[in-house]
Amino acid sequence: MTKLERTQEQQDYRQRALLHLGVAAFIIIAGMLAKGQFAWVAKYPRKWTIPLKNWIADFFEKLVYETKFFEGKAYEFVPTDVTRGFVSVMEYPLSFAENLFFKGFQDGAPMPWITFVGLAFILGHWVAGWRVSLIVGGAFLYLALFSVWQPSMDTFSLVIITVPFVFIIGLFLGIWISKSQRAEAVFTPMFDLMQSMPPFAYMVPIVVMYGIGDVPAMIATAVFAIPPVARCVALGLKTVPDNVVEAGKMMGASDRQMLWQVLVPTARKTIVVGLNQGIMQTLAMVVLASTIGASGLGSKLLNSLQKLNLGEALEQGLAIVVIAVALDRISAAYAARPPEYIDKSLSWVKRHPYLVIAGMFTIVSILLSFMFPALRVLPDEMTVTTAPMWNAGIDWVNANLYESVQGFRNFVLIDVLIPIKTFFLAIPWPTFVGLIALLGYRMGGWKLALIVTLLILFPLTVGLWKQTMITVYMIGTASLVCIILGFPIGLLASKSERASRVVILMCDFFQTFPSFIYLIPVIMLFKVSDISAIIAVLAFALVPMIRYTNLGLRNVPEGTREAAVQLGASPWQRLIKVELPIALPEIMLGINQVIFMALFMVAITALIGTQDLGNEINRAKSGNHTGKALVAGFCIAFLGIIADRIITAWTRERKSKLGLT
Amino acid sequence: MKRKIISTFAAVASAGIMSVAMAGTPESTDPVIVIDNNWSSQKVLARVAQQLLEKAGYNTEMVTLDTQSQFAAMGTGDAHIQMEVWEGSMNASFMKEVDAGRMVDGGSHTATTREEWWYPNYVEEVCPGLPDYKAINDCAEALSTPETAPNARYLAGPAEWHPEDVERVEALGLNVTIVNAGSADALFGELKSAASRNEPIMLFNWAPNWVGAAYPGKFVEFPLRDKENKCVTDPSWGVNPDMANDCGAAVGGYLKKGLWGGFADKFPCANELMTNIDFTGPMIDSAAAMVDVDGMDHDAAAKAFIEKNADVVNGWMPACAG
Repeated sequence: MTKLERTQEQQDYRQRALLHLGVAAFIIIAGMLAKGQFAWVAKYPRKWTIPLKNWIADFFEKLVYETKFFEGKAYEFVPTDVTRGFVSVMEYPLSFAENLFFKGFQDGAPMPWITFVGLAFILGHWVAGWRVSLIVGGAFLYLALFSVWQPSMDTFSLVIITVPFVFIIGLFLGIWISKSQRAEAVFTPMFDLMQSMPPFAYMVPIVVMYGIGDVPAMIATAVFAIPPVARCVALGLKTVPDNVVEAGKMMGASDRQMLWQVLVPTARKTIVVGLNQGIMQTLAMVVLASTIGASGLGSKLLNSLQKLNLGEALEQGLAIVVIAVALDRISAAYAARPPEYIDKSLSWVKRHPYLVIAGMFTIVSILLSFMFPALRVLPDEMTVTTAPMWNAGIDWVNANLYESVQGFRNFVLIDVLIPIKTFFLAIPWPTFVGLIALLGYRMGGWKLALIVTLLILFPLTVGLWKQTMITVYMIGTASLVCIILGFPIGLLASKSERASRVVILMCDFFQTFPSFIYLIPVIMLFKVSDISAIIAVLAFALVPMIRYTNLGLRNVPEGTREAAVQLGASPWQRLIKVELPIALPEIMLGINQVIFMALFMVAITALIGTQDLGNEINRAKSGNHTGKALVAGFCIAFLGIIADRIITAWTRERKSKLGLT
Repeated sequence: MKRKIISTFAAVASAGIMSVAMAGTPESTDPVIVIDNNWSSQKVLARVAQQLLEKAGYNTEMVTLDTQSQFAAMGTGDAHIQMEVWEGSMNASFMKEVDAGRMVDGGSHTATTREEWWYPNYVEEVCPGLPDYKAINDCAEALSTPETAPNARYLAGPAEWHPEDVERVEALGLNVTIVNAGSADALFGELKSAASRNEPIMLFNWAPNWVGAAYPGKFVEFPLRDKENKCVTDPSWGVNPDMANDCGAAVGGYLKKGLWGGFADKFPCANELMTNIDFTGPMIDSAAAMVDVDGMDHDAAAKAFIEKNADVVNGWMPACAG
């Protein structure tokens, strides 16, 4: 590109920007003027709305209670026969796991805790040596000592079946997507929808179709946990370098060999990230799953919260995190294991030392547990509880920090949040729709403009505009704060290996720690108000900003960094001119995830008390209204998809400017 | 489901014996599924029902559900018994299933519920006119927070629990701003915080509820609602001749048992037992106190309750239960 061409391009760019700015100003002014003139601009008329929620409710009524296939024939069946049949099949592995860990076979005892914990230590050591052994074994020892063993095993037996279920489906969908463009076109929007729809919105349909208990809980979890797994798998497979593929072809690998022996092993790292996300999402659903009949930690936790026993809830929440971390570390270590060379001339025992030790330990520990019942079920007096300490801590905070927090609370609420809310509610809907369309056009041309316009028109036509604007205000504010706070933390973390490890652990913690627990302390300090809801969102949605900023900056090639140093760039210049632009795609992915997480929290912060779409889902509960919850869920999902499409388009443009693609 | 398959097997195998032995309990070896929610009184009541059903020879199963999914689950027959259906917060969902013929009303408990504006006793120190509602305007300032000032702040439950609140405030000329909490946890989280500092607060509460035991307080007394409900239907009724809803909430809302629509056909004797069960207010309080005050676990509390109230409980057992 010559210098002349470049200036020409810059000029074009500037002209385009000016033009768009002009159009934006026109939309805003025209909207303001029209608002006073036409009632339909100020408020979308009720008679233009579509009763979609009633259609959906009717559809479910008909499908579940009235539809019959082959009516009158011998093989007549109703739709729920199919779904219930699936449930009865899935119940076999689940009840096996439940009997093994929790209930006991044939009214016998389940696995003693000592056996379980010991096997966890041995498994950890076999997979990756002492470090992982201590983490995994220690995690389960914690569960035994902190008197949450029973509910933890209940939850564990659900999770241990759900995670492979989610992973295998995710793996195959991911492989399919990586191979077929058509599959990608179909699944990408579906995944967007599944990931951004609050689970509360589809709980009732799941109960009606699949019933209650562990299997329906597993299905609800799968809806939420499969998309990130499949996405990571597809990304990993697609980014396998061409020369690896060529090498595989030259060796004469068949399609199957190519996939399982070349592509999958090469993409292992990204696939493991997918597995990690599958585990984290599954554990994140434990509390919600308890609302449709999955017993265990989730229901215990909700019960503690209902009694306002925060200490107890905290311990139960920590147990969920502990299970997540143990499963994640062991599966990641297993995936990273180098292939083992086995000397076939050795005896079976010598070739399988761990299996032998594990077998022996199982027998011995079970025998011992018959002699010493404390090894089977730890008696209460031998367990520890930190609940009173946490409760006292929360009381102390409440007694001593309350006053000083109030000044901050009142200022933010009255001088910042309420004006922003008033502002958002005053925007005439044609202005907002117009601006979204313009933004879509600027970022991705006519096609994107059309997509985002249709998506933003949805809440309008179903009559949820006000709730949607309040959601935009809450999520917008929360996301902005997340970005401002999360970016510097991620930046600092990226500077050292140790800081990064600590930060990643913190991120795992906050991702799986049940967000329900934040609600009560936040309310105690900030009262029922928008500020409480926004703070609860922050605690959850800050994670991806930190995670991806850290990841992006650490992925900047060492060579590039050194080149900048040699050119005499100061650390500041290096950051601004070299590192940030290169890390931008990851950082933007972080922002994208912040928005999705914040939207996920909308349904939960409704429990504090809001007037947004989450509240609409909450309200649908009281009327047992399937359609209403789903429609509000769609509105939330569509907001997420709009943000995602615009951010993705912008990132793509930046990337091509930097010559990264 | 697995259990169902096995039990069908068992039923077929024992069909011969059954026909000789005549029908008795249980009519079906399928488990009766009892719903377990997340508050103490409901949990103990559910276990009382469970233990009585087992005494009558039924297999039972407990399932944890929230108040949202439970009605759908009872409609499809996945769950069978709910011991506490509250008028205030559950009537709409309950009636939807009952009207569709998928659930039946298992009868009301003697215990009734009250759902009304409420305050902890210490609020009377700053607002001595309470519990009379007229006192609210006199001490609106003391009951306010910066964002509601000069109006008093009333922390209500989710808006749809008591949609008449808004009109009541207007009809009675109260200087009150309503703030809607989204859940019971939110309501009592704030109460806990305020009570620890003796900060004035006025919020939505109900009885029977454990909160009354932990934080002594009173309901605000509004003009009594008339039996014919003219207060709501006829604006000229009451202290404000121009507006309806110039009265308090109904005193004595129902507390019902909810059953799956096919329950009576499948488990006739259990159905009889369930309709007989009848808790009074004090019985519910004592059942909840065993857990909340004495620290028993829910199963033990139910057992202790049955032993303590043997006379009443035995009276619930129908003849068919042997």
